[in-house]
Amino acid sequence: MKALSIQGLSHAFGHREALRALDLCVEKGRFAVLLGPNGAGKTTLVSLLTGLYAAQHGEISILGHSLRKSPLEALAALGVVFQSPTLDLDLSVIENLRYHASLRGLTHSEADLRAKAELSRFGMEERTRDKVRSLSGGLRRRVEIARALMHAPQLLIVDEVTAGLDVATRQLLMTHVRRLCDERILSVLWTTHLLDEVQPDDALYVLHRGMICWQGNAGGLMQEGGSLTDAFLRLTERPA
Amino acid sequence: MSISHALRALAGIARRESLKITGQRGRLASAIVRPLVWLGLFGAGFRSVLGLSIIPPYETYILYEVYIVPGLAAMMLLFHGLQSSLSMVYDREMGSMRVLLTAPLPRWWLLTARLIANTLAVIPLVYLFLLLARIWNVRPPALGYVAAFPAILLAGMMLGALGLFLSSFIRQLENFAGVMNFVIFPMFFASTALYPLWRLEDVSPSLAWIASLNPFTHAVEMIRFALYLQVDPLASIICVLALIGCLALAVWSYDPGRGFWAQRMTD
Repeated sequence: MKALSIQGLSHAFGHREALRALDLCVEKGRFAVLLGPNGAGKTTLVSLLTGLYAAQHGEISILGHSLRKSPLEALAALGVVFQSPTLDLDLSVIENLRYHASLRGLTHSEADLRAKAELSRFGMEERTRDKVRSLSGGLRRRVEIARALMHAPQLLIVDEVTAGLDVATRQLLMTHVRRLCDERILSVLWTTHLLDEVQPDDALYVLHRGMICWQGNAGGLMQEGGSLTDAFLRLTERPA
Repeated sequence: MSISHALRALAGIARRESLKITGQRGRLASAIVRPLVWLGLFGAGFRSVLGLSIIPPYETYILYEVYIVPGLAAMMLLFHGLQSSLSMVYDREMGSMRVLLTAPLPRWWLLTARLIANTLAVIPLVYLFLLLARIWNVRPPALGYVAAFPAILLAGMMLGALGLFLSSFIRQLENFAGVMNFVIFPMFFASTALYPLWRLEDVSPSLAWIASLNPFTHAVEMIRFALYLQVDPLASIICVLALIGCLALAVWSYDPGRGFWAQRMTD
């Protein structure tokens, strides 16, 4: 069973096609990167995967649960970090995590235990009472990742989480999520437009104008084009 | 959906709402000051102008302040309910709405839980106002405060459901002024909150007709009767129907495949 399976997914906003007959799958325990320039359709895809939009055509299946037929089971297996921040700025870190945990059916004590465990992995156990408003952008992102992991999802979707962050924080977040992949057999779909976030072993999907224009092992594309940058530019400069 | 999961979500949403509201001191203060200003100033000013005959549920002549207190309690629910539409829009703009809408629970339950939580958060303020109104000699029977609870809860949920529905097609926070001008003020003034229906009929039969159709009128009357240990069956039925109708519209409008939510995405 695949962690994520997308078949023939199409979506349009009025007359503008955002995604066209998209096929994609993420194997269990695999780190998959969805690489695409701005406006390629990455965030639309994430919105469809999380049920914020209803897919117009095609099928999405998460851990074998169809998002159309059994959305609650599919969403229960999913953790997500959205591109735009979703923390409540007026609440403390721990209250944000407790709120998420309650929506995921965890008890208050379970929530506190898991929040402590996830935050301590980022060295943030001393900041639990701080208002989110007082945290830097990088710390807020760490809290969002910790929150997405609280209910032990089997598939984690991370949408351009490193945008606007400094190099050290980007590196920290990437390393953290990649380590989770190995430790927890967590499947990850990491969307980005930053080429340096791709590693040779990653399952890579290149999205351009709503279509997958390349897929395979990232190392393959690197060899094919001399460098990843050259190959990516060649793929995304040609008309879709 | 398991019952325990649904209840934990409700508790979590209620906790968040209460934390948010208690953190907004200005909103709390204005919520309690607004009806007191109406009672203290408007009530005193109009006491001598507006004569009231004996009308149910009152069994004798009453002071004008006594008449307007249930309407002012309902006004608190109206403002709070429609301000909840503002906080829904704020949550949407700030992204925190996504956390709610991606939870593995049916959307109708998520919206209902939000509605219940939002209503429960304002009820202590309504009771504080009712207690402070005793200073103006507005003293319903002690049991009336207990009997009024379900009426206040139902009225609050009905008005909150209206706010929930409206929030689905308010695009920006700035558009809230439209809600004030086109929803809150007309609903409040074209109702029996400040003057009884027979007074409106004297002045304008068409306005009285509009007021009799206004769900807010029925929310006011339901609370008024309950405070004096009576039941207004028509008002109660209309409030229940309006709650069901507004909530159904809100659930429809937040459906990702239909409604205004989906429509907005295609614009």
